[in-house]
Amino acid sequence: MKDFMFIFRNTTDRPSATPEEMQSNMQLWFAWVEKLKNQGIYVAGEPLTPAGKVLKGKQTVITDGPFAESKEVVGGFFIIKADTIEQAAELAKDCPDLPGSGTVEVREVMKM
Amino acid sequence: MQEDPSNEILVDHLFRHEAGKMIAVLTRLFGMHNLSMAEDVVQDAFLKATQTWKFKTVPDNPSAWLMQVAKNKALDILRRKNVADHYSLELSTQLQEATGNYVDQVFLDTEIEDSQLQLIFACCHPSLKEEDKVALTLKTVSGFGVKEIANALLTQEETIQKRIYRAKQFIQQNNIELEIPTGKALQQRLDTVHTVLYLIFNEGYNASKSDELIRKDICAEAMRLCLLLCEHKTVTHPASFALLALMCFQASRFESRLDKNNTIILLQQQDRSSWNRELIDRGYYYLNKSSSGENITVYHIESAIAAEHCLAKNFASTNFTRLLHLYNMLYQMKPTPIVQMNKAIVLSYTGKTKEAIELMRSIEGIELLLKTQYMFNAVLGELHIRNNQSQQATDYLEKALQLTQSDAEKKLLKEKINTLRSIQWS
Repeated sequence: MKDFMFIFRNTTDRPSATPEEMQSNMQLWFAWVEKLKNQGIYVAGEPLTPAGKVLKGKQTVITDGPFAESKEVVGGFFIIKADTIEQAAELAKDCPDLPGSGTVEVREVMKM
Repeated sequence: MQEDPSNEILVDHLFRHEAGKMIAVLTRLFGMHNLSMAEDVVQDAFLKATQTWKFKTVPDNPSAWLMQVAKNKALDILRRKNVADHYSLELSTQLQEATGNYVDQVFLDTEIEDSQLQLIFACCHPSLKEEDKVALTLKTVSGFGVKEIANALLTQEETIQKRIYRAKQFIQQNNIELEIPTGKALQQRLDTVHTVLYLIFNEGYNASKSDELIRKDICAEAMRLCLLLCEHKTVTHPASFALLALMCFQASRFESRLDKNNTIILLQQQDRSSWNRELIDRGYYYLNKSSSGENITVYHIESAIAAEHCLAKNFASTNFTRLLHLYNMLYQMKPTPIVQMNKAIVLSYTGKTKEAIELMRSIEGIELLLKTQYMFNAVLGELHIRNNQSQQATDYLEKALQLTQSDAEKKLLKEKINTLRSIQWS
């Protein structure tokens, strides 16, 4: 089995979400993590703070947030185990943010 | 990796319950005119919680965690404001320390309850429109979202948004303070607080609302706020106890009003053994406590009426004569069509169905009410059934069917109409 990383992107501001909706969304995530853990394929997960810097080019211009334009931020990542990237992508489909504005990027972790 | 017990730890509606508390404390810090700022801080704290908790674990004490995030954020805002207001660095350092102490003070548990009461009183300012008060209280004191309020009040989201906006604007423009009024002003303000809590409970209790879960939450919220009133030393008033007693009696029947298929079970057919004994006992306790003042309020009488139903072992042994007497008293104080309609129902149970129908017809503006309100049609239909006038009964019930929006009520009305038809044909 190989390691794959799920990178979660979501918009930062959700002014319309009620406290109730936020909480139930979180509970969906808990349930998902629980499911992956029970299958024994969950390796780790970490949140990332919304702010970030992008370094680019020879002059090293440092820009604000990696996705400032689209207001996208990486909310965090999971590392899970799967045999193929297709299988990993299948697992990522359960992400509770997918029906909304969130996206999941699935990348294989390269073993050095 | 540690096993994640977060599912067990996280309480239902934790965010909603915390929202009210946090907003109460924060508005005390920022001032009532900065209500939106307080809401932003709360929203931020929740966002931070969702973003970190879903990847890690829920902290042992989620409420304290949320409160701490809100506190830090509030300190940040207040300090930044202090620095902006004062040029001397030395002075601002001193002010920062003072700010910290003050903020700590406000975040003490006992102060939080006080802040919540102050917020209730501010949201129930007499100059605000009744409908605005209800929406504002549900949003700020009870942490309901606009969508949920709209759902519960059967209103459009935009309408609720407008009401809240209008209320906030009013608070800002008129410098409404966060305070518990004293003396005569307290008495007046309490009256409106009671009305708002009564309306909130009523919204939740009304069977025509669609979302079962939100309905119960709204009733529970009204009871929680009323309990806050009852437990506060300087605010306590017999009417608050009477109102809480009324809510306890009504809530005790919550579970028995609908069956598994979401069909309404009428008082007559309800399984009285499923009524919540504990709530009924609490009702009597508060009803006793309410008998201390010199004035009898509508809440006293309404809770006495509710208590009467709880006293009866079954429907048939209900003391309808005493109920009629209570409704007469209530009508003196609150001469509304609804009270008169209920009086008519009780009258019919004392064996005077014809008089009850006449009483219904004599309600002021009954023609218009029958055109717009399903309830008056449903009651007249029922009274005509009891008076063996099946044609009239069918007409009223069909009109009621057209007017109600609730699926549960439609079902009940259809059943009645079908029964009537089968009797007519046989």
